[in-house]
Amino acid sequence: MSEFWHDAGCVFHPVSAPDYLPETQLKQLQLHRLRAVVRRSYDHVALFRERMQGKGITPEDIRQLEDIQHLPFTVKTDLRDTYPFGLFASPMNEIVRMHASSGTTGKPIVVAYTQEDLRVWSSVMVRCFAAAGLDRGDIIQNAYGYGLFTGGLGAHYGAEALGATVIPISGGNTDRQIMLLKDFGATAICCTPSYFLRILERAPELGVNLRDLPLKAGIFGAEPWTDEMRKRIEPEANIKAYDIYGLSEIIGPGVANECSAQDGLHIFEDHFYPEIVDPETLQPVPDGEEGELVLTTLSKQAMPMIRYRTRDITTLYKEKCSCGRTVRRMRRIARRSDDMFIIRGVNVFPSQIEEALLAVEGTAPHYQIVLTNDGTMDDVEVQVEVSPEAFSDKVSVMEGLRKKLSASIERVVNIRVNVRLVEPNKIARSEGKAKRLIDNRKK
Amino acid sequence: MKMHQLSMFLENKPGRLSEPCRLLANAGINILTLSVADTQQFGILRLIVPDWEAAKGVLEKAGFVVNVTEVVATEVVDQPGGLATILEIIEEVGLNIEYMYAFTFRCNDKAVIVFRFDNNDIAVTALQAKGISVVGGVELYERARQ
Repeated sequence: MSEFWHDAGCVFHPVSAPDYLPETQLKQLQLHRLRAVVRRSYDHVALFRERMQGKGITPEDIRQLEDIQHLPFTVKTDLRDTYPFGLFASPMNEIVRMHASSGTTGKPIVVAYTQEDLRVWSSVMVRCFAAAGLDRGDIIQNAYGYGLFTGGLGAHYGAEALGATVIPISGGNTDRQIMLLKDFGATAICCTPSYFLRILERAPELGVNLRDLPLKAGIFGAEPWTDEMRKRIEPEANIKAYDIYGLSEIIGPGVANECSAQDGLHIFEDHFYPEIVDPETLQPVPDGEEGELVLTTLSKQAMPMIRYRTRDITTLYKEKCSCGRTVRRMRRIARRSDDMFIIRGVNVFPSQIEEALLAVEGTAPHYQIVLTNDGTMDDVEVQVEVSPEAFSDKVSVMEGLRKKLSASIERVVNIRVNVRLVEPNKIARSEGKAKRLIDNRKK
Repeated sequence: MKMHQLSMFLENKPGRLSEPCRLLANAGINILTLSVADTQQFGILRLIVPDWEAAKGVLEKAGFVVNVTEVVATEVVDQPGGLATILEIIEEVGLNIEYMYAFTFRCNDKAVIVFRFDNNDIAVTALQAKGISVVGGVELYERARQ
């Protein structure tokens, strides 16, 4: 297929067409699909049916898009409570794949796909890659973990559907990653931003300068990261760093992606209907206001999600993007309501600490936040690695750096924190999602 | 006539100092002198070794952040007033001493003091003008070997 659109000189991949739908048509499509998915969930998933009955509504009550607000929410514990297959809306003989999350507490959450679900998933991944300027001829090194985690296979099949060449290296083995980046001339890499930092750090030790390689794009996701992190990564690797968003409960990676404008992530609204609600009152907030992202899968068959509370905090906006896409954008997720910690009555997100640290010149982006309690008071210690650039043989310079970091954090979060400078590589590197917060407070 | 000094960032924890020393020992590198500047949280280890490039390689391979700084080593007579003479010269040219540490050689009546000035070049010129012996790296190592 795609050779035709190339010959025709088209500016976008045909699979990206829904990104450019006029609003009226998009809304018609969304309503049509919403009604169908609500019907499907009501008929096949006991939990949805009982909740809707509890609210005294039936699928027929969904007459316009706004009626979505009457539907009950779904939360992560619903997936745990119905473990393993309680939310499946398709019989097993139609389900062709399952994925599962690493459950940090007890049972994992399980998600399922029909053949059609996988086709949709690949198509939204193609739209992600296309938005990041990738195409046939690109070589994509996929360093997301393959297996039960959705990241690896999701990006893999999307990259193949795009027509790019995939290097299915999976996560880990950093030296090998660097060798293949160099030897195979990958033009793009998919991984978590924290793992890419590890690659950036290791490459010079192997005598490889990433700036000299054909690598031009990074598709970074699976954990929140900041613009400050992008400002570090891009010049150091001479690439464009794109944020990709997704979650297994909805489909995996491919819910939203940044375009060349790198100004918010386009949500593939024809498949994932976004709402923003106030996380306290659960009341919808209008476009442009911050709140918790709630997603409804409009076309999912095997495991539809109705008003799933993502815990991710963002803002939706529909101002026209310079790339021409008409689907709404969301601000990059810098924080999750899950990650928030409360210290001396103040709500703090790890991303705020990251921002504050990276605002100070010469700090490595490797940090960890440790919370302790001595019995009376909560204490925050932010451990930051000393980078070769920041290290000085003068105590005054090092103490100055420590104070600058501490002041920068205090400016952002309004509480005093202890900054501890630690030796390089003392903070554990992750090959997947970085662990930024360690809570040692007695519960 | 400046010398190379290695400095390293160390966390202030038991065992942190022994690791670099052990690494250098295993590589057969002798430490001529060292000083540790410490704060409650961390320390900065400063080292003078004969082959600073090899030492730097060994330490970096083990994951330490190692800086190379130029310092000035002067020779003073190991007797009352030895150091005061040097400090007066430095005061006269209006320089600051960032830090200093001293060591003595076996079988020698001289001490060597290592300085980091805020401007090493001016310091060397001023000291030499007053007849103070500024010792170069090679000379120092030769003497250490005797």
